[in-house]
Amino acid sequence: MTTQCKLLGACVLALTLGASGVHAQPAAMDHSSMPGMDHAAMGHGAPASNAPPAGSLPTSDGAGERDYDSYGIHPHMMDNASTWQVLFDKFGVTRNRDGENALDWDGRFWFGSATDRLLIKSEGERESGGGSEGKVEAYWSHAVSPFWNLQLGARRDIGTGPKRNWAAFGVEGLLPYNIELETTAYVGSSGRTALALKAEYDLLLTQRLILTPEIEASLYGKRDPERGIGSGLSTGSLSLRLRYEVTREFAPYIGVSFERKFGQTASYAADAGASRSQTAVMAGVRFWF
Amino acid sequence: MSTSPPLARRRFVQGLAAGGALAALGGWRAALAAPAPATELRGTEFHLEIGETPVNFTGAARIGTTVNGQVPAPLLRWREGDTVTLHVTNRLREQTSIHWHGILLPTDMDGVPGLSFSGIDPGQTFTYRFPVRQSGTYWYHSHSGFQEQTGLYGAIVIDPRRRDPIASDRDYTVLLSDWTDEDPMRLFNKLKVMPEYYNRIQPSVQSLAADAQERGWRAALSERLMWEQMRMTPTDLADVSGATYTYLTNGATPSGNWTGLFKPGERIRLRFINGSAMTYFDVRIPGLKMTVVAADGQDVRPVDVEEFRIGVAETYDVIVEPQDDRAYTIFSQAMDRSGFARATLAPRAGMQADVPALDRVQLLGMMDMGMAHDMGGGSGGMAGMDHGGHGASAAGQGGMVEVRHPYPTERGVSNSMLPDVVSTRLDDPGVGLRDNGRRVLTYADLHSIREPDDNRAPSREIELHLTGNMERYMWSFNGVKFSDAKPIVLRYGERVRFVLVNDTMMTHPIHLHGLWSDLESPDGAFQVRKHTITLNPAQRLSYRVSADARGLWAYHCHLLYHMEAGMFRAVVVE
Repeated sequence: MTTQCKLLGACVLALTLGASGVHAQPAAMDHSSMPGMDHAAMGHGAPASNAPPAGSLPTSDGAGERDYDSYGIHPHMMDNASTWQVLFDKFGVTRNRDGENALDWDGRFWFGSATDRLLIKSEGERESGGGSEGKVEAYWSHAVSPFWNLQLGARRDIGTGPKRNWAAFGVEGLLPYNIELETTAYVGSSGRTALALKAEYDLLLTQRLILTPEIEASLYGKRDPERGIGSGLSTGSLSLRLRYEVTREFAPYIGVSFERKFGQTASYAADAGASRSQTAVMAGVRFWF
Repeated sequence: MSTSPPLARRRFVQGLAAGGALAALGGWRAALAAPAPATELRGTEFHLEIGETPVNFTGAARIGTTVNGQVPAPLLRWREGDTVTLHVTNRLREQTSIHWHGILLPTDMDGVPGLSFSGIDPGQTFTYRFPVRQSGTYWYHSHSGFQEQTGLYGAIVIDPRRRDPIASDRDYTVLLSDWTDEDPMRLFNKLKVMPEYYNRIQPSVQSLAADAQERGWRAALSERLMWEQMRMTPTDLADVSGATYTYLTNGATPSGNWTGLFKPGERIRLRFINGSAMTYFDVRIPGLKMTVVAADGQDVRPVDVEEFRIGVAETYDVIVEPQDDRAYTIFSQAMDRSGFARATLAPRAGMQADVPALDRVQLLGMMDMGMAHDMGGGSGGMAGMDHGGHGASAAGQGGMVEVRHPYPTERGVSNSMLPDVVSTRLDDPGVGLRDNGRRVLTYADLHSIREPDDNRAPSREIELHLTGNMERYMWSFNGVKFSDAKPIVLRYGERVRFVLVNDTMMTHPIHLHGLWSDLESPDGAFQVRKHTITLNPAQRLSYRVSADARGLWAYHCHLLYHMEAGMFRAVVVE
């Protein structure tokens, strides 16, 4: 009852204020008395302002002190739901100028939310001659800004030579101009350190035909002759892949790659009878599910 | 890209001629209602049975979530002043609910599981009962999971107690919706894995070349680079498109062509309802002037238009008076121009009129980004796509103001855009409709005939920023998703102003349950009463709310997947 009286009082006050507003501003006619009037003919004549403009009253985000539980609020929202993806950016074959074939892959699996994910990725190649090289990595990936994730995890080298293990710390995200960048620093046993860089850009030629230039570089703090790796910049590569998205999930590609070994790494390769630079063509399919 | 509309039309599934619910097998109630149009139920007591029914809109058989075996659910016709009783039985294998959108009712009748009640479990019947205190065009839909996407939506028409001031000879509801053959959960996951999954109008070299042809390489390239630099997309108009959706009018596909009959010279009232999960429609009837007479069920001063945009969950009543003995197409194109819904008004069944081509895609512009300054040389559009962001008319009502971003959470992971300037611009029809040569309805045209009974000035403001990160498919208010937020608390009896600022580059329909949203003009006067308010990118709107109904109310973006991603708040009136 008291509330109603208070309300009523406030209404009367507001009406009085409103009425005085009408006097102050002749443009403010009582619209409710003009049913059927063609507004278009009136233009955008501003009606009376009977409240201070937006932004001038005490403001807040409206949140109270109490949480959902205390009100018994439990809707079934999906804003914490996790999802996952298996994505192979590359899954195909390469053939170099010496006529050697290899199986080539670059894939990842993730599970988690928009901000925190378990990420497992692997890339490498297996040559028809039997040699192979590659790595498997596992990370906790945590979003730190709209476009960037920090990654904390580990890497294991696979393939020919001793299997090295590394602790890994990476930054992955989207640079201005939509360039995807992955930078990872590694620390292994015996004081080994390494740095891997990868940048790529999806250039849409049409809605389905997409050209992807990609550059990669590997640096090592210490040589590792058993794996044919020298210190400093060891390899750099540039590749161009052209894919056609038959569906978003399934896109065959063709491409070409140029790889070059530098410094001691190149010497190791030469000693083993391999060339320091290599050009290859590639074909395969990018797919995800 | 000049090639995109035909491409889109090729891809867009226009559906089966005889789509919809495949017979009312087990839908015995539909058979009972057969004498009247099969889809209309009237009276004060209703039995609604929610079940699964085979449907086929595209040539592929699917299971729809139906009421009495129908998609859309039956039209419910109530009378102002009556008390209605609705027995809702759940024949699904999962929980369900019905929310009466825009209806004033006690909080425990509002139908939001976890807020109003605990939901309707399988096999259970829940009885809704409340007095009808209003009249006009509304709708109802599930508030559980993605059932709204799979068919659980229907129209509500409430006849006024006294004579309807809007006279008409015929009265049709025109319920627009979007149907997908995909499982909505899969669709949602696809968006989270690849947010641009359904966007087939992304900037490409092809579109750049076409743009360059129109206005030179320099201008085309500099604009492209600006967007690339920002990591944003000027064609980010709809998350879900005609690549998966078939657009329906009253449950009929474009090929199915729902038809409303008339006699030349009659006054026809068309009650448009957007019951989509995700789609904004731009509606026109070539050859006919439309007089808008109501918005969100509330009578407005009549305004003549050739076209209007209807946001998800909004309703508009229009009057048309076809004089000629010919058919007219009701053409409702999706905002991203990836497809359309189509229906026909005709003097005789079987007649049809031309279906217009889809409009060209209009790009988001500087104004949508909230950028303070124009970019030198880049003020055109991508070729084949119109650029609406610079129309002087669009910036007219409600000048630009520098925007504060008062919440630190706006600058977090969940928000990728912070406009520098925003504006009220009620007279902006929105991207896609700017300067299109037609008289397009805007919010500036809408004036409620009745002022609110409680038209006090507000005593305080609640400022909320619509936030999102398209890169991660995150959606929220103030950068805080539902789970991490606290309820918004209103004191019973107070009058509060909500100030909404759209930080994002997308258009969002914001719906407050249980309480009206009284939209204000830029100078702070009452303008129009609504239940769902659309915000364009970088727009700031304010509306007043009378906290005149106690309880727990939902407040959210009515784009279904945005809501589920967390663009949702609970509002407590205590």
